[in-house]
Amino acid sequence: MGEPAIKITGKSVFMDKVKDLLPEGGNLNLCLTCGACSSGCPATGLEGMDPRKFLRMAALGMDEEISSTPWVWMCSMCTRCVYVCPMKINIPQLIFHARKTWPRDQRPKGILGSCDMALRSDTCSAMGATEEDFQFVVEDVLSEYQEAQPEFAEMQAPLNKVGAEFYLNQNSREPVTEPDEMVPLWKILHLVGADWTYGTKGWAAENYCLFLADDENWEKIVRTKVKAVEDLKCKVWLNTE
Amino acid sequence: MRKSFGDPVADDLRFVVKTVVGEENFIDMAPNKSNNYCCGGGGGYLQSGYTDARRAYGSLKAEQILATGAAYCITPCHNCHAQVHDLSEIREHAWQTVHLWTIICLALGILGENEREYLGDDLKEVLMYPAE
Repeated sequence: MGEPAIKITGKSVFMDKVKDLLPEGGNLNLCLTCGACSSGCPATGLEGMDPRKFLRMAALGMDEEISSTPWVWMCSMCTRCVYVCPMKINIPQLIFHARKTWPRDQRPKGILGSCDMALRSDTCSAMGATEEDFQFVVEDVLSEYQEAQPEFAEMQAPLNKVGAEFYLNQNSREPVTEPDEMVPLWKILHLVGADWTYGTKGWAAENYCLFLADDENWEKIVRTKVKAVEDLKCKVWLNTE
Repeated sequence: MRKSFGDPVADDLRFVVKTVVGEENFIDMAPNKSNNYCCGGGGGYLQSGYTDARRAYGSLKAEQILATGAAYCITPCHNCHAQVHDLSEIREHAWQTVHLWTIICLALGILGENEREYLGDDLKEVLMYPAE
């Protein structure tokens, strides 16, 4: 006789909860343990973890371990593991929900701070740039280029243009730290004759509340941005992120 | 691309890149499109504070880029740009990392002096706009 089979006593409250939330239960019960996920995951090996191991630990009811490993912040949720999985198991969703088990104030400070900053104004800027800051930078940079580059004397970077075809958003990094990087995009839009606008509200493209796994504030930021696009009656929301 | 629009849009982007740099100057990495590896700039990684883990994660991407032997890596996404640029910096600037809009405007001959932050010395003066 060999060794008796290991008896699983732990019951995973966590995995059952996530299964209830996902369509088809995220297929979380269907793992064949083939390891295709882990073999192509850049996060494999970090913190001694990999996607297959994480899923197995969840299935074994090791809730404490999977809700405390910082590895959940080292997965970028790129979904390559789902793409290669023969059973299409949604491991990234499991990880996203594991992020949510962390008390909000103990989640990574940088992500938390960026989320909280974005919630402070309707610009949704994680760097805290205000409506006035954005308008000033855009107008200042535009006038400089209109003057210095003759072919672009007529180029516009409209703000709050009602009824424009495209509402363009912008990562805060550009207006705040490298405003010249906004210009090549303006030039392309100018040359193709695009009817576009920025909005002073909701212009910041980033959404760190999503990464923080803070659903309520993730939604709040998306709604603020959607409202900005709808208030300007734009047809297409162009996200540069 | 893998998460949203899929490979048809990845093909569209290749059409754009090949058009601006020339077919003979485009080198795809392997694996590519939906089989590609994430660079590790997304998901909040850049702000997470786990810098060593982020760079270890990105080493797979760095190896892919180095294997192409290309001098430039084009990153249309912001997070990818920041991450791939950082991966290059910690490897003594093994390649240049540019936004797609930079290389389009360079090819169109409308890229000004102050819009060349991410170009290498080999392209810093090429097709300068306005012409001197």
